[in-house]
Amino acid sequence: MAAGATLITFDKVWKSYGQGEAKVHALAGVDLAIRRGEFVAIMGPSGSGKSTAMNIIGCLDTPTAGTYSFMGIDAGRLDRNRRAMLRNLYVGFVFQGYNLLARTTAAENVELPLIYRGVASRERRDLAMQALAEVGLVGREHHTPAELSGGQQQRVAIARAIVTRPTLLVADEPTGNLDTARTHEIMELLTRLNTELGLTIAMVTHEADVADYAERTIRFLDGHVASDTMKLEMAQ
Amino acid sequence: MIWETVRLSLRSIRRNVLRSFLTLLGIVIGVAAVIAMLTIGSGTTEKVKADISKLGSNLLVVRSGRPAGPGAPGGLDQVVRPLAEKDLAALVAHLTGARAISPASQKQVRVIFGTESLTSGVTGTDSAYLDARDWKLVSGRPFSDSETRSGTGVCLIGETVRQQFFGAGDPEGEIIRVNRTSCKIIGLLEPKGYTGFGQDQDNVVLMPLHAYQRRIAGNRDIDNIYIAADDRTPTSELQPRVEDILRDARRITPERESDFAIRDMTQIADAMASATTTMTGMLGAVAGVSLLVGGIGIMNIMLVSVTERTREIGIRLAIGAHEKHILIQFLVEATVLSLLGGIIGILIGLALAGLASVTLTIPFAPSPAVILLAVGFSALIGMVFGFFPALRGARLDPIDALRHE
Ligand SMILES: Nc1ncnc2c1ncn2[C@@H]1O[C@H](COP(=O)(O)OP(=O)(O)OP(=O)(O)O)[C@@H](O)[C@H]1O
Ligand SMILES: [Mg+2]
Repeated sequence: MAAGATLITFDKVWKSYGQGEAKVHALAGVDLAIRRGEFVAIMGPSGSGKSTAMNIIGCLDTPTAGTYSFMGIDAGRLDRNRRAMLRNLYVGFVFQGYNLLARTTAAENVELPLIYRGVASRERRDLAMQALAEVGLVGREHHTPAELSGGQQQRVAIARAIVTRPTLLVADEPTGNLDTARTHEIMELLTRLNTELGLTIAMVTHEADVADYAERTIRFLDGHVASDTMKLEMAQ
Repeated sequence: MIWETVRLSLRSIRRNVLRSFLTLLGIVIGVAAVIAMLTIGSGTTEKVKADISKLGSNLLVVRSGRPAGPGAPGGLDQVVRPLAEKDLAALVAHLTGARAISPASQKQVRVIFGTESLTSGVTGTDSAYLDARDWKLVSGRPFSDSETRSGTGVCLIGETVRQQFFGAGDPEGEIIRVNRTSCKIIGLLEPKGYTGFGQDQDNVVLMPLHAYQRRIAGNRDIDNIYIAADDRTPTSELQPRVEDILRDARRITPERESDFAIRDMTQIADAMASATTTMTGMLGAVAGVSLLVGGIGIMNIMLVSVTERTREIGIRLAIGAHEKHILIQFLVEATVLSLLGGIIGILIGLALAGLASVTLTIPFAPSPAVILLAVGFSALIGMVFGFFPALRGARLDPIDALRHE
């Protein structure tokens, strides 16, 4: 997928926790840009700041210092509700632990972001069915998470993330809980969403073969970007 | 959106039926108590009013003796001058605004028929008595004027007397013995039931005043004079007129106090009704306290619910819910929960009041206003006590919430 205009930029972004001696810098002056349509894998050892960066990218969190801009908007300085609106309109989330609502059917889980968008219930149902079809879950619409396998649950979560036709998909270790076969199924799905829908994807992973699906890999180390490599460049 | 939220909250209540029910118990008990008490209270008020109106509506009752109250020794240091026929005659001649004026003298007397006997309230009166007391005949006829004047041995009997002597049979034309005199039954009085004080109003025998005076009382006294006001005249207006006429007839000089008392049954009815209303209000306040306790129960369970569902809140916030969406969700849930408790409470309260109305023989008087108020109040409790937990949920940081557990 050819990359377009810049979607997000980190300009000397710091994220610090705690005070004085106990102060921890999860991010220590990160500079970063991701363009529309890119599929980026983020790697690095545990505690290197990957999740922290992802939360900022997804407008869930704000930097302690520096500027984070999303679609040209200084998202780091928006209030809670405005960031919620940005997330609802432009960002889809996929988490390691699926994070579906228990005792709620797949279709209802997928409809959830549309409720906060004020979409009428009939249209919601149609869009949810469509998204579930896109992730290959036709016939499982009325199953609750407890009645679905891990791979299927992650598909429901992906359907929920894409049902709003977001610009950006933020995925923090989406295959972390899955076996190898299921991991590759999910990665193929994400690759297809990236190429077919032009969805920009930022994904954290610990596994090199998962990162291989992405065009670009950013490595974090101690809150810094240690390396940033393009697969296409390497291939050339 | 709101309907969606209500559905959502009903579902989450259903998921935890037992816990939801236990939470509701406070509200259920509070509302049930309020509804039962207010319903029983207004039933009692109605009963008291009905009892008093059984005595006759808009009725003044005159008896001899000083009026009770301050300045009235109420003792027997003075010889009480009874009411007499000339007092009655003066009222009949001069009083305006009265529908019926009737004398009545009473005594508990043994009444005998065949081998059966019964102690009954025997009243000597005239033909206006039935009108004054709003009393009708089921069968037969009232005394004629000539029977009243001459004191013929005829009588009207109440339902209890009939049942004692004749069962379901027709008593008309039968002769009963009252004290040592005999009288012929010419009519049957409509049943009135018991008074609020447990007195059987149907255990009565009415006979012409002269017959009663001569054959039973052995004097010419009149115990009471019943005066029923006509539709245009309030009893409060009639009372001073009666007083003037009687003072005149009994030649009481202006500086002396009246030696008779006039009781206004309407006033007594009002006083008793307001006493029960006060009682009802006080009981209602006690029940209100239990509603407060119920509200605290709701608050507690909502706090638990918010904590349990921290992750759910995190997911919703991440997906794009605003603070107000979360706030509304939990507020609606608390309100629906409390409303549910209110409705169950209302049903139980009405059932209790229904049971009480059967056992206490008072009317079942549910008030739509009270029920609506209970519905509104329980919803309000949910909102007020649900607000703090809901706000706590809404203010959660999405990242912390997602990491919860
Ligand atoms: N809320 C917080 N309070 C204090 N410190 C935090 C908080 N969140 C993260 N940190 C710290 O920031 C650093 C980076 O955390 P982060 O979660 O971004 O790591 P990660 O790269 O995602 O690690 P992993 O691969 O284990 O998920 C860690 O040292 C962590 O302890
Ligand atoms: Mg992480």
